[in-house]
Amino acid sequence: MLNLAIASGKGGTGKTTIAVNLALTLEKENTPVQLLDCDVEEPNAHLFLKPELTHKQSVGIPVPSIDLDKCSFCGRCAEVCAFNALAVLKDNVMILNELCHGCGSCAYLCPETAITENDRPIGIVESGMVNNISFAHGILNPGEAMSPPLINAVKNLISSEALTIIDAPPGTSCPVVAAVSDCDFCLLVTEPTPFGLNDLDLAYQMITKLGISAGVIINRSDIGDGEVEAYCSKHKLPILQKIPWNLEAARYYARGEPAVSHLPEWQVLFKELYKNILSAREGAEAK
Amino acid sequence: MKKITVISGKGGTGKTSLVGCFASLASGKAVLVDGDVDAANLSLITKPVRLEEHEFWASKVADINLESCEDCGLCLELCRFDAISGGYIVNPVACEGCGFCYYSCPYDAVRLNDKLSGNWFVSQTPYGSLVHARLGIAEENSGRLVTTIRNKGEELAESEKKDYLVIDGPPGIGCPVIAALSGVETALIVTEPTVSGIHDLERILAVCRHFGVEASVCINRYDLGEEQSGIIEDYCLRENVPLAGKIPFDRAFVRSMIQGVPVVEYKDGSLSEKINAVWESVNVL
Repeated sequence: MLNLAIASGKGGTGKTTIAVNLALTLEKENTPVQLLDCDVEEPNAHLFLKPELTHKQSVGIPVPSIDLDKCSFCGRCAEVCAFNALAVLKDNVMILNELCHGCGSCAYLCPETAITENDRPIGIVESGMVNNISFAHGILNPGEAMSPPLINAVKNLISSEALTIIDAPPGTSCPVVAAVSDCDFCLLVTEPTPFGLNDLDLAYQMITKLGISAGVIINRSDIGDGEVEAYCSKHKLPILQKIPWNLEAARYYARGEPAVSHLPEWQVLFKELYKNILSAREGAEAK
Repeated sequence: MKKITVISGKGGTGKTSLVGCFASLASGKAVLVDGDVDAANLSLITKPVRLEEHEFWASKVADINLESCEDCGLCLELCRFDAISGGYIVNPVACEGCGFCYYSCPYDAVRLNDKLSGNWFVSQTPYGSLVHARLGIAEENSGRLVTTIRNKGEELAESEKKDYLVIDGPPGIGCPVIAALSGVETALIVTEPTVSGIHDLERILAVCRHFGVEASVCINRYDLGEEQSGIIEDYCLRENVPLAGKIPFDRAFVRSMIQGVPVVEYKDGSLSEKINAVWESVNVL
């Protein structure tokens, strides 16, 4: 089934809110649904869905380890490492694990076959169920810099049996690219403010570069100005839903309760949203 | 010179709006750095005039010469980033520039080309110099770009004899955040009184401690979740992290952003006093 990414450029626009409330709405309509929280630096969806996490796996990056008995200190590994993760000294080799991308060049190209690779843990993937929603997220260890391998590990759990919602991290760089790559459609969540517009533009450029079609959700749609709508109409970007600022919904959010479970008007908003996603996706396919 | 990084873990808690205010409150004694290089917004409320523009070349990308390629498939097998397609076309977004294909190709059919990863700028604002950047769309190396502009900011703050370097940090806890925290004495963590805000505060605080950076906490829109705000205050007390202040929810933040000015210049009175108190508190840390 469909893989839907939820991205934003700017942080705090409501990606997780959309992901969680959409998942609950689909579950209520008996659509098989899976939610993958790929914001592994700051995963939050579990705080709202409260799934029972029954599986846990460690995820690592393969880093080199040198057999000094075999090493001739020729320096080839340091020469081929594009990330300066190896330094060859007179009678030792220093390995800077946190710079290693795990590409494997050093081990393959070592003329003495003195290098083996071992996984260095960078985080975990946890998964489980909450009612009929299948759930998984990644948690990056604090202090770790590189999240894409962990994001890819979460995405390995994509099920073809369900509609998969992928909650992406904010921004437009490599972690977001890892999260949204190969998705069928992307929801860009923004707010009608100058910061929201600036970052929507960056996110839209990223999505376009990846060849993924997208639609926009304007959250807190009544707090700012009309520039985001003008932008969408200029770029023929469909606006899939406008969600007005709602103090009650904000208070539910603060406590970790999804608003669709409490507010009938939000149930209507999210049912409409799903319909609009399907028709926008059809429109994009037709093109 | 005092170096301060404003971070949050969770996005959208109000980092940039506060840094804009600090710029104004520092009355000409600060150099500003926008460390959120893949979604930079500080320039939208500080009226910058661009003085310098620099290219940021930080990575390589493989390029396969199909005339020399003998279709042996070795590069496809070795590449761990799925960056080479069956027709030996390199996907520049997936390619990490590791050079594995370049070094191992038996037919020397691969070249490694330099790649422009972004641009960075030095601008003049009414508050002092601003160093900011734009990472190329879907690019890597945001951490190195943050390091580049942080170093430039430091250099300017020293040569201009300023009292402060104020860095607007990115959200999250990954490489650009680590780069924005590196070498600073103080981090101000801007959080919000929600379950997400609390969860992300704990993780970003762990990162600050990992790198030995002193942190204090500011609760933004504290009145939208009084209960969670109390939980954060208790948490800070327990963890011995100073509370720099609490700022109420106020639509003036958005209105001032639309005007393109820091909210302390848009609306005086109690909101501005509270923001000023946060700035004073960060100062004495």
